[in-house]
Amino acid sequence: MLNLAGVQLESPLLLGTGKFASAAQLMAAVTASGTELVTLAMKRLDLQHQSDDILTPLQQLGVRLLPNTSGAKTASEAIFAAELAREALGTHWLKLEIHPDPRYLLPDPIETLQAAHELVKRGFVVLPYCPADPVLCKRLEEAGCAAVMPLGAPIGSNQGLQTLAMLEIIIEQATVPVIIDAGLGAPSHACQALELGASAVLVNTAIASAADPVAMATGFRLACQAGVHARRSGLAATSSQAHASSPLTHFLETL
Amino acid sequence: MTQGFYELWQQQSWEHQLLQSRSYSLAQVKQALGKTRLTLQDFQALISPAAEPLLPELAAKAQQRTRQRFGRTQQLFAPLYLSNLCANECSYCGFSMSQKVKRRVLTAEEIEKECLALRQSGIDQVLIVTGEHERKVGMSYFRQMLPLIRRHFSSLMLEVQPLSEAHYLELRQLGVDAVMVYQETYQQSAYQRYHLKGQKSDMSWRLGCPDRLGKAGIDKIGLGVLFGLADWRTDASFLAMHLLYLQQQYWQSRYSLSVPRIRPCSGGIEVPYPLSDKHLVQLVCAFRLLSPSLEISLSTRERAELRDQLVPIAITSSSAGSSTRPGGYAVDPEALEQFSIDDSRSPALYRQHLQQLGMAPVLKDWEPYLGR
Repeated sequence: MLNLAGVQLESPLLLGTGKFASAAQLMAAVTASGTELVTLAMKRLDLQHQSDDILTPLQQLGVRLLPNTSGAKTASEAIFAAELAREALGTHWLKLEIHPDPRYLLPDPIETLQAAHELVKRGFVVLPYCPADPVLCKRLEEAGCAAVMPLGAPIGSNQGLQTLAMLEIIIEQATVPVIIDAGLGAPSHACQALELGASAVLVNTAIASAADPVAMATGFRLACQAGVHARRSGLAATSSQAHASSPLTHFLETL
Repeated sequence: MTQGFYELWQQQSWEHQLLQSRSYSLAQVKQALGKTRLTLQDFQALISPAAEPLLPELAAKAQQRTRQRFGRTQQLFAPLYLSNLCANECSYCGFSMSQKVKRRVLTAEEIEKECLALRQSGIDQVLIVTGEHERKVGMSYFRQMLPLIRRHFSSLMLEVQPLSEAHYLELRQLGVDAVMVYQETYQQSAYQRYHLKGQKSDMSWRLGCPDRLGKAGIDKIGLGVLFGLADWRTDASFLAMHLLYLQQQYWQSRYSLSVPRIRPCSGGIEVPYPLSDKHLVQLVCAFRLLSPSLEISLSTRERAELRDQLVPIAITSSSAGSSTRPGGYAVDPEALEQFSIDDSRSPALYRQHLQQLGMAPVLKDWEPYLGR
């Protein structure tokens, strides 16, 4: 169970809505993934001409919408997009994304922290996409963010948890949910993130660019379930030595 | 002080690049194909004659990269010609000053009509095009007209004469999101042979333009060569060099690439270095591998059969239902074109076709408040 700003979500899988071949394919993938929270870029919505083809079907599916500020290069642009989202979509939840680098789309830590302070002050539930930097994550938490969303690898790169050592520290220290966002390329990556103790994962490219997005969405749903069960149980300790499951010295106890 | 690309270009030899672009072995091509981060030499290997037998592998890899970065989507835009006045003499262009064509500059009222017609067809991103005439269609005209156009569309791209850094800063505030300045060719002797009069004959002013755009913080910078004017492999090598340089210098800008080939126009020249369909595909795929984030557009100059094949492999934006004359959508659909187009499908028909190809047409992906 994921608790975000007092809202309970059954599924630890969040979905991005870009890159799909059609609205119908996106809806099918959303349904197959079991997600209850999807993010969508404000810049993609055509609210002025009301000709958008994904907003209404998503609302009909009943999933919660998480507008994002993709395209913003500065704190002020992100804040503008946030206000627009709140007014147009009637939600004060926001995925804060500020990436001035269009090549790797890496989040700007300075502008993100600055925007987070301001948005929290304005009453938003802020979920910031951020570098896997433990200090920054604590600072975002102190700023009042409802979660932190560190990256596993560059967005869309499908490389998995390349920032593992930092993610472990972030998860250990966090007092808000940690959602691993960006870079998860396979269901096993999502499972690994949840096993580590992450509260949730956000996936887009791995599903949207898959040969069969619906099958891949199903794979992610199941992997997330596996990860949550494993986390609940706690993983067994690892060792460099072999440990026999039936020790050879067992007979001593019967003598 | 950092040197601009013009200074770097001056240190290069066209002949050296020409020889180099043909010198690669099959083994070097395979090596380049296996890499995730390509150098200029890897790019050259991929466009070399040695790479031709591996074109299917190159295309498969390019498609994979395109899908990963851009998904199964295609941005749609349309050109909006405001004027065909030109103070340049370019021997391949139908708008050249010596061409006996009816000249016109659209008024505010006419622009409004054109914008409404484009909006009606669903277009939300426009590429504003004028001939190059600084005195009559310069900053004062742009100051007056851009705000009128801006109201109608989510994204404005501009293809006009190269301007100064200060003017680009102002244009950015006026709502310009992208500026396309095509070099035409990087070979000095060919450049001078084709560009006979006017500001455009100053090659250094044009070559330095993307630097000025980067310094002014323009969000998207469009590069391109008019293929057919000089040896395509060498021009493509310089274009790649230019792109790599710009990506490093101006890391906050996006880059886009156009790959126009000379088409028949009323100026009518023989094409000295034709770029074949096969080589066009090879070139586009090699650019995709060199820069996975590069936006690549394909215009309606290309015929529908080729566009339908190449778009799903590596193209990220395409125009549809284009008119290449001022007033061509609503004001005066009979006027002379800058060049003839080959794919005349309407935006609605083209959208339908993209969906059949398994791609989502994207009409809007920007907001006017971004990038100011």
